[in-house]
Amino acid sequence: MSDTGNQGGLIVRIWRALRRPSVSLSLGTLLVGGFIAGIVFWGGFNTAMEATNQESFCISCHEMEENVYQEYKNTVHYSNRTGVRATCPDCHVPKEWTHKMVRKIQASNELYHKALGSIDTPEKFEAKRLELAKHVWASMKRTDSRECRNCHDYESMDFSFQGRRAVAQHSEGLTHGKTCIDCHKGIAHSLPAMYDVDPTSVVGNQGKTSADQPSESPPPEAATPAK
Amino acid sequence: MNKKTMAALAVLWLWGGAMSAAFGEGLVSERGNLALDEEAPAAEAKQYAKDGDVIPRDYVQQPPLIPHKTEGYIISTKSNKCLSCHSWANAKASLATKISQTHFEDRDKNVLANVSARRYFCTQCHVPQVNAPPLVENTFKPITAISGQ
Repeated sequence: MSDTGNQGGLIVRIWRALRRPSVSLSLGTLLVGGFIAGIVFWGGFNTAMEATNQESFCISCHEMEENVYQEYKNTVHYSNRTGVRATCPDCHVPKEWTHKMVRKIQASNELYHKALGSIDTPEKFEAKRLELAKHVWASMKRTDSRECRNCHDYESMDFSFQGRRAVAQHSEGLTHGKTCIDCHKGIAHSLPAMYDVDPTSVVGNQGKTSADQPSESPPPEAATPAK
Repeated sequence: MNKKTMAALAVLWLWGGAMSAAFGEGLVSERGNLALDEEAPAAEAKQYAKDGDVIPRDYVQQPPLIPHKTEGYIISTKSNKCLSCHSWANAKASLATKISQTHFEDRDKNVLANVSARRYFCTQCHVPQVNAPPLVENTFKPITAISGQ
């Protein structure tokens, strides 16, 4: 290896420059400069990430603003007696740094589908609603409803102030390994057609109604249509 | 003008007078005595009763009343929050009353495999209770077959 410096490509030259000890800058300058640069870069990184962690950012896409946000505005997590709100990231982005990073990297898939226009009309969104909802339910189940529990702490939950249906269900369910999302589906957004999840809580017995998903033809049924 | 027309007009005039007397004084509309462009303050929201015991029925065909809150319970063609507890499949686990078997019949009495569309919209017949006083006095009493008295 020669030290002529002008040979090789750009990357090689930069690498060589980085490997060579500094001859003109003091160690103090390098340390302080590096420290300040670290603050600026880390602060910038964090600021940028927090900017993507705000409701205004989430609903800057019409896919979110016109569908899920409008549904959510009718629910208790948006409007209630005391005015405490849970915004989009409170439920959909983990609080802890590592989990948050993982979720943010996963979100690149959402950018990809934004570019593809996968859900850019209400009709397309509705057609995918069950699939998307199942993703969220699965991740909530996997994490034991971690984002719910950021506010709804089981340890601080006083059953004696709950209605008796809630007492019965909570003491039975939560002590037997159930998690929030097992029962509390559709509390912040409209439910998808629930034939796949609980066919006994939907009208009709055909699995799907004709208006639901026109692309899929339901299996023929002998029973009289329930209309 | 013949006699019949005269009589009809007279009756109409008397009736009109009586009606205007009845509606003109003493009666206040639900909006209060307000001009058309004025807006009455919103009525106080009623509080739903807390979870309670089964509410006794007052007549045999009465749809059972709902003894708990139902705020935020959505009933649509895609899902029915009530049935997530009250369907036959879910009732046992959720300690809820299951829907009557009459709810599986269509109007021609054909028994269906799932809840009938005409019985699907629960709150058409079953209603929760609020702390509202009765709008009018009512002396209705259930028959002995129900009350036992």
